[in-house]
Amino acid sequence: MLGFLIRRIIQSVFVMLAVALIAFMMFRFMGDPVNSMVAENATTEERDAVRARLGLDQPLWMQYGRFVGRAAQGDFGLSWRNARPVSTLLAERFPATAELVLVAAGLSLLLGIPLGILTALRPNSFSAQTLQFLSLIGISLPTFVTGILLILVFSVWLGWLPSFGRGEVVDIGWWSTGFLTLSGLKALVLPSVMLCLFQLTLIMRLVRAEMMEVLRTDYIKFARARGLPSRSINFRHALRNTLIPVITIFGLQLGGLIAFAIITETVFQWPGMGALFIQAVSFGDVPVMAAYLVLVSLIFVVINTTVDLLYAVLDPRLRVDSPRGAH
Amino acid sequence: MLRKLMLTAAAAALVGQAAEAETLRYATARDVYGLDPHAVTDSFTNIFTHHIYEPLVRYDAELKIEPALATSWEVVDPTRVRFHLREGVKFQEGQEFGADDVQVSLMRAVDPKSPLRGNLPGLKAVEIVDDLTVDLILEGPTPLLNNYLTNIFILDKGWLEEHDAVAPIDASQGEEGYTTNNANGTGPFKLESRRPDALNVLVVNEGWWDTPQHNLTRIEHTPIGSDATRVAALLSGEIDLIEPAPLQDADRIEAADGVHMLQNPGLRSIMMGINMGDALVDGNVEGNPLKDHRVRQALYQSVNMDLIRDKIMRGKSRVTGSLIAPEVKGYTDAMNERLSYDPVKARELLAEAGYPEGFAFNLNCPNDRYVNDEGICQAMAAMMAQAGFQPRLVTEPRQMHFQKVDNKQVDVFMLGWATLPMLDGFSVLSAMLATPGGEYGTFTPTGYSNPKVDELTHAVAVEIDEEKRVSMMVEALMAAKEDIAWLPLHQQPLSWAARDTVEIPQAADDLVRLWYAKVNN
Repeated sequence: MLGFLIRRIIQSVFVMLAVALIAFMMFRFMGDPVNSMVAENATTEERDAVRARLGLDQPLWMQYGRFVGRAAQGDFGLSWRNARPVSTLLAERFPATAELVLVAAGLSLLLGIPLGILTALRPNSFSAQTLQFLSLIGISLPTFVTGILLILVFSVWLGWLPSFGRGEVVDIGWWSTGFLTLSGLKALVLPSVMLCLFQLTLIMRLVRAEMMEVLRTDYIKFARARGLPSRSINFRHALRNTLIPVITIFGLQLGGLIAFAIITETVFQWPGMGALFIQAVSFGDVPVMAAYLVLVSLIFVVINTTVDLLYAVLDPRLRVDSPRGAH
Repeated sequence: MLRKLMLTAAAAALVGQAAEAETLRYATARDVYGLDPHAVTDSFTNIFTHHIYEPLVRYDAELKIEPALATSWEVVDPTRVRFHLREGVKFQEGQEFGADDVQVSLMRAVDPKSPLRGNLPGLKAVEIVDDLTVDLILEGPTPLLNNYLTNIFILDKGWLEEHDAVAPIDASQGEEGYTTNNANGTGPFKLESRRPDALNVLVVNEGWWDTPQHNLTRIEHTPIGSDATRVAALLSGEIDLIEPAPLQDADRIEAADGVHMLQNPGLRSIMMGINMGDALVDGNVEGNPLKDHRVRQALYQSVNMDLIRDKIMRGKSRVTGSLIAPEVKGYTDAMNERLSYDPVKARELLAEAGYPEGFAFNLNCPNDRYVNDEGICQAMAAMMAQAGFQPRLVTEPRQMHFQKVDNKQVDVFMLGWATLPMLDGFSVLSAMLATPGGEYGTFTPTGYSNPKVDELTHAVAVEIDEEKRVSMMVEALMAAKEDIAWLPLHQQPLSWAARDTVEIPQAADDLVRLWYAKVNN
């Protein structure tokens, strides 16, 4: 297990280096950030001076090397957009994204699993059919459309929930939370619903398929023959075996939630890391873009490693003699 | 420490009605970059910090220059201008305003590392005459000095020294500046709190030296990036004023109860630059047909701007033959005359010039910079094609577009120019018509050079006599108009929307000055 971990850490360093390199190669195609930084009437000389100060006149590999060198010391530089340290910006935005993703992930599990069980146990009932139909919509509607629809209905027509922002937040140390106030909780509803919709339908459909598969197996039939109560069969025997692949998929999809949060944060003006990234892109703010991409790749690596470790814990067959089997 | 920040917008939605009487809730497409008034040249950030900080002279609601922190001024000699400062002005943290503050602030703005440098060209030094008098020492006669100064805000010397912030912020260095997140000015409002990209709160400065024309006690500014969400927040009553309001939602906003659009033609003139170099960037013929005046005229007459105004701009743009708006010095009605829309004539001219089959060129446009920029270009491409041209339409995000414009990798390209911050025809002459070199001609189309325009431009730069200066500008602009150096299109409309309870003048420069705003609940 220790060897596996060490190998994983070494791999992840290379992954992040590669992500940063690809990012730097892409930045060249994003246009010239200097245009956002100087006055409209700035002369060519002034533009060149800014370019030189930011090191944009140097070759790509030098810019990349300098970024990696500084990042290794934990210094991501200053944002070109608002002259604040990138690490401070990311730390400031992380709680917003984390709370949103946490609530969305929780919602998709808490609703997705019971609904999946329901549709699996009574596949022909009216409610199951309706849910199946709705889940198709949930999986195929683009999330920004659902977001705008939610705003239209719940903010503009009904006036129940705010259409933007985090509401009132409370600072606990460096962490700002929206969990402790009514307006903060209300502000969480629409964005987290929008964000969780895809995951929710995915989990529901996955649980349903797995559950129906398991219910057909011999040991379930045997349990029925033994005359066990169906509640015990369904939830103690069938559900447990259903959940192993569900947890794996869910773990892998957590990264996806963070990625999808970019769209949700943009629609709802949620002051998280995704919104920060989008602004950085439209400004050409290279330090913020580079740091965000490296951070997200780190989060992906950590989640995937954890899932792989959990896999080995949950499924004894993957713990065979060869340590390579852990992959 | 527990610190609470109210987002009254959310609280108001909870109660289901508008917030208390004198709070104005204001949403814009993006947040200010920071609060240091000398750190960015972005005009939106500058007008926001203008609520906290003030310049020596300022624009009023009609864009006329009026005294602010300076009460009067006189030209001692062409390179020395004396400013008499207002007595009894205090900064919001209590410091006295005086000559040393002006000296430190102006020199901070023109520091070699300051990005704002170009907004105050030619300032060599500031000499303190007495506590309330300063002399600005200039490199040469500077007729537009006051226009420049409207944009340079004054900070307190002691406050800057105390927080180690006398040097301007330099984004290429590693340190965060105190002035980025803190503010202490002399203006009508002071900063209460700031949460980047979420909420900026300003409260009224009771000690302001001027008589307020507004009735606000509190401004809550929220950036909302998504157009649809910003409009929804206005319609749901969470926000009182939005800027910009997307043009495609204008009808919807007008139709809704309790809100209205604010739409007037602005200062920003939209035009197409024409490559007059020796070769096209992306052509299919030898040489560059666009060097021929007849071909440029054909291009001009192939575009039906009235149709674009009616169909794409919803009747809200001001079609023009001029490169500057009527509010800008140097404008005349003669300048506004357009060549008629005449595709038949365009074909004839094209054939006369030796291109009966037309020729290909790139038509470069941004798709996120000006109002309906992409739509305008699509329509123009079709119109040009009807007249026999073969335009290849390229629409890109602004960073890409302006990089190509900078590198002269464009044939026919879109540019908008508001002449800000100087509000003067000289801005167009120096940046877009003069032969490139030094501080001149940053955006002049490749190959355009007219000695008469150059001569007049250089003369305008140092002419102190206002009447003479303006008549020279008119002459130069008319000469460039004859050349068809640029193809003028229109002045794009400003587009704000507000609740009916909000009263605010809409200045042509598209800047929101909330110290003229009233909320009547």
